[in-house]
Amino acid sequence: MARRATPEVNAGSMADIAFLLLIFFLVTTTIEKDKGIARQLPPKQDENVPPPPLKQKNIFIVSVNQNDQLLVEEELMELKDLKQAAIDFLDNGGAPSGSPEYCKHCKGKSDPSSSDNPDKAVISVQNDRLTSYRMYIAVQNELVGAYNQLRNRESVRLFGPDFVYTDVKNAINEGKYQGNVDAAEEKLKQVQALFPLKLSEAEPKKRGE
Amino acid sequence: MSKFKKKKGGDLPPVNTASLPDIVFMLLFFFMVVTVLRNNELMIRNELPKANEVEKLKKDRSVFIFAGEPSRQYQAKFGTEGKIQIGDKFTDVSSLQFALTEAREKLRPELQDRVVVALKVDKETNTGLVTDIKEELRDLNMVKIIYIAAPGSELDN
Repeated sequence: MARRATPEVNAGSMADIAFLLLIFFLVTTTIEKDKGIARQLPPKQDENVPPPPLKQKNIFIVSVNQNDQLLVEEELMELKDLKQAAIDFLDNGGAPSGSPEYCKHCKGKSDPSSSDNPDKAVISVQNDRLTSYRMYIAVQNELVGAYNQLRNRESVRLFGPDFVYTDVKNAINEGKYQGNVDAAEEKLKQVQALFPLKLSEAEPKKRGE
Repeated sequence: MSKFKKKKGGDLPPVNTASLPDIVFMLLFFFMVVTVLRNNELMIRNELPKANEVEKLKKDRSVFIFAGEPSRQYQAKFGTEGKIQIGDKFTDVSSLQFALTEAREKLRPELQDRVVVALKVDKETNTGLVTDIKEELRDLNMVKIIYIAAPGSELDN
């Protein structure tokens, strides 16, 4: 039999080839980091239907002009103070105790000239058309941050120190939540109901108005 | 004494590199799997604003809208006004509805009702353009949106 053993393939350069490919993929990879502020737009309103009446004290007006300056409740304000101002407004609980609108979980000053309860409190943002998008997102971020901080406080109060609203919500979104997801979502809904997100956006003003 | 010295003077054994290709291959496969080759070239500047109160985007049910001023090589042709890009072409506010409907039809059918519109807008854009986009989205009844942002906070700088 003249069967010759096939010579072994030299695999010494395998590592080099693999390195080459590896470096190519390393360079081309951009690990996508798509995260953002989720928001639900209001459905189209019939223009003939008047908007529901709101008491002036239940509206928190934030306006931004074309120079990215903030006017909060008729006062000039820095961006860093917006979150606390929004928390104070939402958490105020101005309705007197005993009235049907009394807010049991509010820890604010109960100032009767500010919002009655978080369910009634509406934050209205008005932008100029020339406001930069950076400022717009910064304002939205601070306002969502205010809601999140209050919701975190309530979730810890109701369900113990391990149940932090934002942490649990992110864990569920990423599929990493340990334990009963349905029960946790139910709890999240309860917390949301205590501080419902009421952010409205007014029609932006035209250039320089 | 001499015994002790002899041991110390021995040659360092060469590192066994036989498993190096395996390790490299492992890394290679990892990067091959996570790589997404960009299929729509961005024709606008797209520096995202920063935010920290963010949620993760579910990619399988999202439609992307890019907006911002055209990048340098397109500025001669399209000017420096903010523009909207869907897929790989510029879109007007007036033809936005058509482009969005088209983009939605590319999603899996069972997810088309739960579409989330991801807005990737450059931070120097005027809010007016975003407002126009949102008006069109409300007309189309695509009300779930997410403003994509970079991690960080505007307060830091």
